[in-house]
Amino acid sequence: MGKPKMVLDQTYEDIPGTWIFDAQRARLGYHLNEFLYSLMKSSNRKEFLADERAYLMKFKMTEEQREAVLKRDWNRLLELGGVSYALAKLAFTDGKSYQWMASRMTGMTEQAYVDMMLKGGRSPDGWRSKSERRGKR
Amino acid sequence: MARIVAGVGTSHTPAIGAAVDNGKAGQPYWLPLFEGYEPAKRWIAETKPDVAIVVYNDHVNAFDFKIVPTFALGCADEFPIADEGWGPRPVPVVKGYPELAAHLVQSLVLDEFDMTIVNEMQVDHGLTVPLTLLFGTPQAWPCRVIPLAVNVVQYPAPTGRRCYRLGQAIRKAVEGWDEDLKVVIFGTGGMSHQIQGPRAGLTNPAFDKTFLDGLSQDPQRLVRIPPIEYLREAGAEAIELVMWLIMRGALGEKVEEVYRFYHIPASSTAVGHIILECR
Repeated sequence: MGKPKMVLDQTYEDIPGTWIFDAQRARLGYHLNEFLYSLMKSSNRKEFLADERAYLMKFKMTEEQREAVLKRDWNRLLELGGVSYALAKLAFTDGKSYQWMASRMTGMTEQAYVDMMLKGGRSPDGWRSKSERRGKR
Repeated sequence: MARIVAGVGTSHTPAIGAAVDNGKAGQPYWLPLFEGYEPAKRWIAETKPDVAIVVYNDHVNAFDFKIVPTFALGCADEFPIADEGWGPRPVPVVKGYPELAAHLVQSLVLDEFDMTIVNEMQVDHGLTVPLTLLFGTPQAWPCRVIPLAVNVVQYPAPTGRRCYRLGQAIRKAVEGWDEDLKVVIFGTGGMSHQIQGPRAGLTNPAFDKTFLDGLSQDPQRLVRIPPIEYLREAGAEAIELVMWLIMRGALGEKVEEVYRFYHIPASSTAVGHIILECR
């Protein structure tokens, strides 16, 4: 498999706790995101909830992606090329909010997450780079 | 001659729309935010724009990933409200201005901005929440709207400099339209926020303040901010702020800041708002 001859700046890979949805990740996630996009239709939402695996088999996703959907493993879905706005449609299908999904990604309870936001949110200090993150732990 | 008279920068957090739609705007969590937009509502009621050009991003609603346009101009006569997964927002359909939009496309492409022409498009919270914040809950939106959707979802978004220059070309295109029209341009999204991964919930008020100051005093400093700085300092989704630079570029050199508001939180975001009048 080929590689870019010119090295593209990917310093964003050094941001901890973050999966930047770049062109390569978008490529890996294409069919996963198409599945998520299909959940914009209420008839599709019903069909998915009635038999999740059968519905997922209609899309050319990887088995890893299907498993992550079934487990609602949100961070794994980001890693496998899901984009947060599309993942939100899965959360909405479950009757949950975006805020709830974000709290699951952080490993916090929704209330703890809301409390953090009410106190002004998460400071970037300690979260700018993976090395800075290691120093904070 | 048509004229761009002012620019509006504002966040477009979906939870703000949901709060209005579900009657929660008066609750303690939301009240400070909506109070902060009251002066903006009065300002726009007095300004009475004929047309709003709304720079926003689609959130995998009008566009999935079959086609990812960097700059897409809405040329339809109307834009239905998208069902983003919980039913469409109960807001009026958005009326376009296809004649002016067609003129803009033609002028912009000749100015070397290769716009994607969109003749059918649903609009999502990115466009409708700013309308709600400024116009409230009318039976029909009080002006025509030309949507300009920018890709900020798949990295890389267009650079700040490119966005600023597009704004300059929009100003020129609007001034080339022979009709007495008042145009306001909206730059939406941001401010600091991250809504994905273990780092979700990140905000950076110092970054946001510097950005708001730069809009009114020194936009050339802002156009030099590299993408990584938005991502690292202000959160993965703060890259949306490049859309504010399209708005700023469209205002000409001299502006006067007539209003500013800043608030944390709305769901996972820091909410920022600025009104700049052309001088």
